[in-house]
Amino acid sequence: MEKLLMKGNEAVGAAAIKAGCRHFFGYPITPQNEIPEYMAKELPPLGGTFVQAESEIAAINMVYGAAGAGARVMTSSSSPGIALKQEGISYIAASELPCVIVNMMRSSPGLGGIQPAQADYFMATRGGGNGDYYMPVYAPASIQETVELVMEAFEVADFYCTPVMILGDGMIGQMMESVEFPEPKKRNLPAKDWATVGTGGKRKPNIINSLRIEPDVLEPHIQKLLDKYEVIKKDETLYEKVNCEDADVIAVAYGTISRVVRNAIKKCEEEGIKLGLIRPITLWPFPFAAFEEISPNTKAFLSVEMSAGQMVDDVKIAANGRIPVEFYGRYGGNVPKPDEVVAKVKDILGGGK
Amino acid sequence: MALNEEVIFAGFGGQGVLSMGKMLSYAGMMKGKNVSWLPSYGPEMRGGTANCSVIVSDDLIGSPVVTEADTLVVMNRPSLDKFEKSVKPGGIIIVNSSLIDQKVKRDDVTVYYFPVNEIATECGSAKAANMVMLGAYVKLKGFISEADLLGAFLKVFGEGKKNLLPLNEKAVAAGAELVK
Repeated sequence: MEKLLMKGNEAVGAAAIKAGCRHFFGYPITPQNEIPEYMAKELPPLGGTFVQAESEIAAINMVYGAAGAGARVMTSSSSPGIALKQEGISYIAASELPCVIVNMMRSSPGLGGIQPAQADYFMATRGGGNGDYYMPVYAPASIQETVELVMEAFEVADFYCTPVMILGDGMIGQMMESVEFPEPKKRNLPAKDWATVGTGGKRKPNIINSLRIEPDVLEPHIQKLLDKYEVIKKDETLYEKVNCEDADVIAVAYGTISRVVRNAIKKCEEEGIKLGLIRPITLWPFPFAAFEEISPNTKAFLSVEMSAGQMVDDVKIAANGRIPVEFYGRYGGNVPKPDEVVAKVKDILGGGK
Repeated sequence: MALNEEVIFAGFGGQGVLSMGKMLSYAGMMKGKNVSWLPSYGPEMRGGTANCSVIVSDDLIGSPVVTEADTLVVMNRPSLDKFEKSVKPGGIIIVNSSLIDQKVKRDDVTVYYFPVNEIATECGSAKAANMVMLGAYVKLKGFISEADLLGAFLKVFGEGKKNLLPLNEKAVAAGAELVK
């Protein structure tokens, strides 16, 4: 397999196309513009569709339409743009349609800045729009993993009829690493017999709708979604554990920040401190199982984030009061440094200043 | 010893600073190393300072952000001011002395001053100053040969730039000559 040096954003586009995505609707925003740029160039020759919509809201509703017609479809944006898409995402989740949404996070709130951040954890994992819904959220830590998770995201979306989010940050979008494009892993997918592709006069029309006025109709529909989420929690949760056996402190970090923690692990080692890492790969479902077995030696969990503290709430739920949960974060576009993480670990262990 | 080279290339937009990093990353990848290239992006890039962090390693790469560089390559003066402190003790700073008249203040790093703009002009184009610098860099560090570096040229710039290959070969060779 040929190794390519590729930007994360381009790799997202290439992986989506390799996974069979032929339709893309978006609106420009830094730091993810290479995704629509790539799709604009590559999709038309494949007979696909690229539309630069008039707004993010228009783009997500075009995704809604294409998904309803059974197409493999994607949109991408960055934090404030993803906020604008939330209404559409809620409708898509309610209508049980498959699509992939990429968020290369920038610093917020508001328009914020364009430098990397992880401050959309809440928006991504709590169902950012209205109502009782969730969607699988994948947080790649390298460009290679981005490629594999984008491909997987399309399969998962079709398998469960759900929107799926790829949650990266400005660094994942902008950096280049070597990548290989494996053949996408195919699942045994159900037929899209719900798609609105014309009846040919042979059947009743398929109707895609998120409006259910009657409580006794809506409640069972929500229950159906909840049942589906339970299956996703059971079967689709992904995580990685590094160096956790007998660790003094276990850091919890996702995406690029997990790599900052890896540097901190080495630095801690030099000082005789054992730092472990739990890296959630799916943020929803959150990998609670990874926190079940903890060594009696472990003094605390330390959530390290490029935000003011969001995932730390899930870490607290996972810890369930067994050991303290600490937090270290940088935000506003600044990135935590390995030395800062080491200082925090020492502080927790009582040896720091 | 296992290779783990962390470099910051910095200069102003248009000096080919991001391309220097891409050339090194591509050459490293073709030699079977793990590589990462992380650019500054956004308004910084438009006429202001541009920089990129490159890591070439035998190991899996941790943080792609370089905060303690083994080597700093600076093409203009604001970049030296900004990144001088980001080099680890015992590291290397390579200064484009054509455009930077000040000396490095630190005494715990090894410093090289190369007038790469003048040398590039002698090679045929001042625009190749980045390639002169890269030639000096690879010769100094020794983990990538000049030939391997040039092997990345068409990969990074595309076949359409094939006509510029001889100039760039000359520039890389002239840069390597600076290191004796």
